[in-house]
Amino acid sequence: MSAVPVISVRDVVNRFGRQVVHDGVSFDVFPGEVFGIVGGSGSGKSVLLRTMLGLRRPTAGAVELEGRDITAMSDAELREVKRRYGVTFQHGALFSSLTVAENITLPVAEAVDLDEPALESLVELRLRMVGLPLEAAAKHPAQLSGGMVKRVALARALALDPVLLFLDEPTAGLDPIAAAEFDSLVLYLRETLRLTVVMVTHDLDTLARTCDRVAVLVDGKVIVDTLEGIVANDHPWIRQYFHGARGRALGLRGEAGDGA
Amino acid sequence: MTEAVIAERDRLRIAGPVRMDDAAAIEAGLRALLDAPPAALTVEVADPGSLDIGPSWLLHRALATLTARGTSVSFDGPVPEHFAYLDGLAARRAAPAAAETSRASLVGGLAALGRRIELRGQSWYEALTYGGQLLATAATRWTSVGRLRIPSVVRHVHETGVQAIPIVAVIAFLISVISAYIGAQQLRPFGAEIFTVDLVAIGVLRELGVLLTAIMVAGRSGSAYAAELGVMKLNDEVDALESMGMNPYELLVLPRILALVISMPLLTVVADAMGLAGGAALTSYLLDLPWQQFVARLDSAIGDTTFWAGLVKAPVFGVLIALTGTLRGLQVRESSRELGRLTTVAVVQSIFLVILADAMFAILFLEIDF
Repeated sequence: MSAVPVISVRDVVNRFGRQVVHDGVSFDVFPGEVFGIVGGSGSGKSVLLRTMLGLRRPTAGAVELEGRDITAMSDAELREVKRRYGVTFQHGALFSSLTVAENITLPVAEAVDLDEPALESLVELRLRMVGLPLEAAAKHPAQLSGGMVKRVALARALALDPVLLFLDEPTAGLDPIAAAEFDSLVLYLRETLRLTVVMVTHDLDTLARTCDRVAVLVDGKVIVDTLEGIVANDHPWIRQYFHGARGRALGLRGEAGDGA
Repeated sequence: MTEAVIAERDRLRIAGPVRMDDAAAIEAGLRALLDAPPAALTVEVADPGSLDIGPSWLLHRALATLTARGTSVSFDGPVPEHFAYLDGLAARRAAPAAAETSRASLVGGLAALGRRIELRGQSWYEALTYGGQLLATAATRWTSVGRLRIPSVVRHVHETGVQAIPIVAVIAFLISVISAYIGAQQLRPFGAEIFTVDLVAIGVLRELGVLLTAIMVAGRSGSAYAAELGVMKLNDEVDALESMGMNPYELLVLPRILALVISMPLLTVVADAMGLAGGAALTSYLLDLPWQQFVARLDSAIGDTTFWAGLVKAPVFGVLIALTGTLRGLQVRESSRELGRLTTVAVVQSIFLVILADAMFAILFLEIDF
């Protein structure tokens, strides 16, 4: 993969007072890739995500989205860039006073001057894309199940046809069947739309099923490799993470020749 | 930008990239075609990969509609690359027509009226249940001082009482200055300016002090109660308490009510004092009445019960405000809009209830000559 990276994180340092969260984090995400980010609680996953989204300026270092450094941008330029990506938040972050349809329409109506039938038609498209029934459009977020909330969040994130999708814990709180469906959905959208996906997840199943490469945040640094490579890594935290009881249940084995 | 979408009579040319941002352009072109469907339409796409999925969908839908209306659609050159995916999506399941909202005016109006009445009835029922549950909780739980949740009560007294002192004091002072000023002006033609003191003293002690305090507290703390409990409700914190075997009425509601029962009378005393000070300040300025004389006059103006007639209402108003605030807070369900609506309702209703209760007190005091 020698293509131009969609995201390029360069020596990012994030510091809160004396606490150093990221001490020189660098990695690239390439087009069409599903890129996983894992790390323990407090390892700075959310801070890294916020930095990549341009919601937070890092203490030092740069983040390039499609070759443009977002840390050195004016607010107006940053708004342009933000059109290029979609985000789903851990708890959905759907606007609770709006219906599902209004949630999906909101970013579109803000960006494009379309009439009502066209907007409705686009809502139908997004609901179909994420596999939700069209009856869901009139519902309020409080009436939705956890899995549906995640799908609506994804539909909203896709509303402006982004090239890049950030998913924060997309399968957390879903039952294994719903989580597996969500994984297939992400893979399917990646295949058909050639989306680049960056996901923060703790779900080992999701990691194994969807991610091409994985970044592990440990000790303020990042280790990037394919899942097999990460699993074979002998950093103590990584060993514990992937070879604990939960990792073993998955049949992830780093030992050579043990078939992964 | 250059024309990316060119719609002619029987030819649709998509020359440049069409992103979501340009969806309006393609939509305009398609609408023109749909308004006057041609017999045959040729679609020409310069770069099949340059259409975003949103605009592709709009094109896909429009072409399907045109085909259904008898236009023969053909592509001159490649088909937009997302069309294969969209064919699959569109075929997956026929869109169930969004039924409902077929309300005939009369039936719909009656139904709406019925729903409103039902909601109103439900709201009263909830309020009654709420009162009953509170009483039951108070009766069974307040069996010892230890169950009073003293720290929580103290915190709420601080927030609703101590922190409200400055604003209550200022408002009471200003309002009594205003009423003293108007009173003095009206009484002067009769040479009865000295009765300004009576007017201010009785007005402030019996009514204004406690009423202004209650309205300020309803605005400050009634809304705070509703918002606090509403957010806790939205976060499932109330359910969490209940699941841990704790009684939310005992933990959340009763301390708040108790706090207002304590802080309302104290604030009323502050308001009374500041109101009298305002009256004294104005009369000494406008009527050249030294404050010693004001005090002497005050002594003869007010009866034994004047001060108490105001103060006794304070805890009652406190209970009304706290009840309304906490009840509306606990009624919050589902959404942030609910939270805003019910917070507003809490303030409006508690002020209304306070004034209603004040009127009933006035009648009662008149009857018993208090």
